[in-house]
Amino acid sequence: MMRTPAIQGLRDGTPIAMGYFAVAFSLGIIAVKAGLTAPLGFISSAFTRASAGEYGTYMLIAAGATYAEIAAMCLVTNLRYMLMSAALSQKIAPGTSWVHRMLMAACITDEVFGISVAWPGYTPPAYTYAAALISTLFWASGCAMGIMAGSLLPETMVTALSMSLYGMFLAIIIPPARKDRNVLGALVVSIVLSGLAAAAPVVGEWSSGMRTVVLTILISAAAAWLKPVKDENDGAA
Amino acid sequence: MEQHSIIICIALAIVVTNLIRLIPMACIKGPIRHRFVRSFLYYVPYVTLAVMTFPDMILTPPSLTTGIAALTAGIAAAWMRLGLLPVAAICSLITYFLNSSGI
Repeated sequence: MMRTPAIQGLRDGTPIAMGYFAVAFSLGIIAVKAGLTAPLGFISSAFTRASAGEYGTYMLIAAGATYAEIAAMCLVTNLRYMLMSAALSQKIAPGTSWVHRMLMAACITDEVFGISVAWPGYTPPAYTYAAALISTLFWASGCAMGIMAGSLLPETMVTALSMSLYGMFLAIIIPPARKDRNVLGALVVSIVLSGLAAAAPVVGEWSSGMRTVVLTILISAAAAWLKPVKDENDGAA
Repeated sequence: MEQHSIIICIALAIVVTNLIRLIPMACIKGPIRHRFVRSFLYYVPYVTLAVMTFPDMILTPPSLTTGIAALTAGIAAAWMRLGLLPVAAICSLITYFLNSSGI
């Protein structure tokens, strides 16, 4: 009986794993700039499992940022996982052991969370584990491959591949903006202010990680104050 | 940067990222009620990713025209809900073709 959710998890996790491999490959190309070796990239990606967070971390390492900046960057770029963890806590059967609850929380990525909460009723831990296992394997190997092969590819191809990461970001943020006008508004404001901040005299001198952290907190707080969310049970992003 | 400090940076990223995943699960017994906190957490992912994407995305290729074309196509593809892999592929392919044709 326990094998059914696991097999289903592997099946649902496979297309995610394919996408992860491609995106992680371009992440690996960026990780090279931060001085990561393939084994280090594999370990880093296997245990962090966060596209935007890893991207931000590698960019900061490459720029020689401080530990505080890296911690702040990880906190802000991954803050959505807090919301997902909170939402997933509602999908675990009462009486499930503390170990399972913690392990399921550790499995969270945008996509693994997405399919886990889509499970009808309480999500079996095995389903989440199986999907996380296969997708993490491809994510980590993709990153390691990007680190190894990235330097062999011609410059035009490396540039093109590094654009895939931004494409993935767009695929995450644009569809919800179609459904929610407030999200659309927040995105437009973010793009305008981010462009202005990068060109501005003093703020433009800050590291891009610092600008990301400050802009995210300011814009999200303003949006939360001006346009608070309505439904109690509509927490999941 | 030296090798040992890269390892500290990565260890830091691993610890912070996973604490973010674990803390709410460990603490939350029921749904979050505080409206501002819920709203703030709701907007954070979109704002962060938007800020990280722009202007960096259009500055990555050698020409601004290529960057703007890839961004526009990516937004259009994402708007049509093509999914993670197709949108990423479209941005890459457009950049590759415009870039290698010297635009």
